Amino acid sequence: MASTTPVDYSDIQGLVRFGYGKLTEASFLLLSIRNVTAARAWLTGAPISNAVQLEEAPSTALQVAFTREGLHALQLPEEVLAGFSAEFLSGMAGEESRSRRLGDVGPNSPEKWTWGAPGKVPDLLVLVYARDQMLEGFMRTIQGPQWDAAFNVIDVLPTSNLDGVEPFGFTDGLSQPKVDWERRRKIHGDELEYGNLTALGEFLLGYSNEYGKYTDRPLLQINDPFSASLPAAEDLPEMRDLGRNGTYLVLRQLKQDVRGFWRFADMQANSDPEMRRKLAESLVGRTQKGDPLVALSTRRIGGVDPTEVSQNQFTYEGDSNGLLCPFGAHIRRANPRNADLPPGITGVLSRLTHTLGFGEANFRDDVIASTRFHRLLRRGREYGPGLSVEDAIKKDAPETDDHGIHFITLSANISRQFEFVQSSWMMSTKFGGLTEESDPLLGNREPVQGCPVTDIFSLPQKNGLRERVAGLPQFVTVQGGAYFFLPGIRALRYLCSFGD
Amino acid sequence: MTPQSSFMVVAPIAAQRLADLRKVLADMNRSPGVVDPGNALIPFERFDRLHFARIVILDDLTRNDIKVYGLQPETYPLYLAFLGDFDGDYDGFMSDVVKASGSGLRQMFSCCEDFHPNSDLLAWMKARNRTPDTIYVNWIGRTTRQVREEASLYDGLQSYVQTNQATLASMQSTQVHDALKRFVAGELKAGRLTLTPPEPTPLVWQVRNLLHLVGVPIVLLLASPFLLLYAPFFAFQLRRRERSDPEIAPCVEPGHADRLAVLEDHDVTNQFSAFGTIKPGLFRRWTLVFFLWAINYTTLHIYNRGRLARVNTIHFARWVFLDNKRRLFFASNYDGSLDSYMDDFINKVAFGLNLVFSNGIGYPTTNWLILDGAKDEQKFKYYIRRHELATEVWYNAHPGLTALDLQRNTLIREGLQKETMTSDEVQQWLRLF
Repeated sequence: MASTTPVDYSDIQGLVRFGYGKLTEASFLLLSIRNVTAARAWLTGAPISNAVQLEEAPSTALQVAFTREGLHALQLPEEVLAGFSAEFLSGMAGEESRSRRLGDVGPNSPEKWTWGAPGKVPDLLVLVYARDQMLEGFMRTIQGPQWDAAFNVIDVLPTSNLDGVEPFGFTDGLSQPKVDWERRRKIHGDELEYGNLTALGEFLLGYSNEYGKYTDRPLLQINDPFSASLPAAEDLPEMRDLGRNGTYLVLRQLKQDVRGFWRFADMQANSDPEMRRKLAESLVGRTQKGDPLVALSTRRIGGVDPTEVSQNQFTYEGDSNGLLCPFGAHIRRANPRNADLPPGITGVLSRLTHTLGFGEANFRDDVIASTRFHRLLRRGREYGPGLSVEDAIKKDAPETDDHGIHFITLSANISRQFEFVQSSWMMSTKFGGLTEESDPLLGNREPVQGCPVTDIFSLPQKNGLRERVAGLPQFVTVQGGAYFFLPGIRALRYLCSFGD
Repeated sequence: MTPQSSFMVVAPIAAQRLADLRKVLADMNRSPGVVDPGNALIPFERFDRLHFARIVILDDLTRNDIKVYGLQPETYPLYLAFLGDFDGDYDGFMSDVVKASGSGLRQMFSCCEDFHPNSDLLAWMKARNRTPDTIYVNWIGRTTRQVREEASLYDGLQSYVQTNQATLASMQSTQVHDALKRFVAGELKAGRLTLTPPEPTPLVWQVRNLLHLVGVPIVLLLASPFLLLYAPFFAFQLRRRERSDPEIAPCVEPGHADRLAVLEDHDVTNQFSAFGTIKPGLFRRWTLVFFLWAINYTTLHIYNRGRLARVNTIHFARWVFLDNKRRLFFASNYDGSLDSYMDDFINKVAFGLNLVFSNGIGYPTTNWLILDGAKDEQKFKYYIRRHELATEVWYNAHPGLTALDLQRNTLIREGLQKETMTSDEVQQWLRLF
């Protein structure tokens, strides 16, 4: 086991540690490099915000991340580039099989995206944050003299501040993993309880992950002249670590049909406001205010802060029939909150029994396990104006507004974290023993081979039979997306050191 | 009950015919990874006892790995492997296959070294059949007919429940049970549904199964004094090897990964084929023989009702030795994407994988044979992908149905056919819908 070295917050981009909630204005710029020398000059001089905790939140923040195309444009040597993960190198829309897994088919197909499809992949993403009314000024400041020479702007993704509520009207961002910055977490084999404290190496390269291993990333020979400023790799001290303090950033532009969502709920509820609210909450798995539909756990869940107990200290152990929160509800799919072994282990013998696959009486027992390897640190922002439920269901209202989320997630392993959750849990029509249904919010309702119907939502009922809500329309459409590398700050300097 | 059987024809490919063979195989597909089930060469859909079939070119991409032991790789021919899992007896099934697709099979096998146009096809295929060393069947006795009938039953019940949602919701659970039974009885009578009762279990199979069930523990019991005596030597030899066996698990070459990815995720079920060389020497070879034999006992007698230990996403799987037990072939049919399959393996049954695959060259280092190994997640995934072969043709008789779907449908049928159930049992049964 490698000896751990302290976390250097000044080398980490701030977004990994902070959501910049007080910086209510934000804009995400998708750029291609027009002139590499000018781009390097801009990047070298840019005031990138780090993760050092300040007394008071800053008034502005700036972050940068690169696609494979961008690293290539910066003339990063091919052998270094090859050290990044396969999915990053291939890109979000680079392979049809990946698109099939991610549910990016039909109306979600990359060829319909406004950006991110092959040929429309940006080189870099610049994330700009500022306090109220300060974004415009900050944008002018950072653009500086080289900006126009350096970049072409492919797209500007504006964001809006809906006070922590996503466009459908639900409080968002409640269940975040607690990042183990102090590296206190000791991992010894299977975990018997769901916990929220998650190894730093799940969200930052160069640190040990939930398996106690170091996720692959580009490592450089110590004699590489450009790499002198990079930290040594913790697991291989004779190498320099280009990944350390960096991570992968997944960005997806998700357009939300707010009117479609509430009109569907309204129609199902025969316009009864109470029924409509209940159905919508079942689809999400939380009340609009963000309270879980299941009871809070009496057991303390490690890594749930005292301030968030009321909305985050729960598992589905007491709701094994899905009566309180349907199995297919959005948040139950996105984080099934289970441990490595099924519940009910009391000693060595029952542990052995369960490990060998005995003792699960019911059909759905132990179908899903080990959520700790599939956690997402989310940093997305809403876009478009807010729309109340009453306005959303109004007939003849103009439908010109664009609502949605620029979904952002940070993870050290795109494939095991984002892609796994997106494909095996959200888009899968077979999640947890269900069939004919995918995520009620994100599902694309496209048929899969041998399974023509995928637009169902099941509400388990007391007497046993589920209520089957049929004909869910597609509520969320993918408009664009890409995989980025969000480098550590020294790594960013390294990336700008090639060429002339 | 009709037990399941398997076949696997393995024959060396004539080097100059490889391109022709690839063309023949491609002609069976609509597009890469998507078979035409009624294709003119081997019309898979016409074999109504067949669950899964595949055709793979056994090209050992990692044959040079043995050089880390200072040995020169053997020169093996490329093999063509045609394998499948089906219901009932082997002889009858093979005759059916030859009868219905004789000319297609001849065209395919004519690309093999020792096939002659006037060969007796059936005898030729049987002579090249390899019996699996371990076979896993998700649910022994569940036939394709049963799968189809139960899927129709589920669909029929679903639409009945959907149309009568309001009425059923107001009933007690036992009343719902009765109502569903009445509905199904009516459908059966009208011929809209069929639920064929199981065939009697073949006597030969029963006897053989019983002998195996009792025989293996007896053999183990008799051998136990020797095994116990040998245990310390085994431990010593194992630990010495675990400390020195090299790992070969580099990041997968992108071209190889892309070629495999094209074939995947067209259906909710996927295929996986892998091939590799066993570590040199008798120790690893016989360790592997022993554990495959032991695992085969558990799959036949214990894990035959929907779960392989904690994993419930595998339909059929097999391990087969080739080349005098110097190389091992693995094939499985599983639900979900390869990454989720590997995650399930790592998190739920790493010990089982380690027992077998750690005897292959380059596997991530194990500790006491069952610990670590696959828990080195990334290396394990690279290792698996690196040994994976492109499954050129793959047929699934029931696309869109996961192993869990099949289990649910069977449980629903079983519940329908029960005379009495307590209201708790009925409720649990209704929750399957």
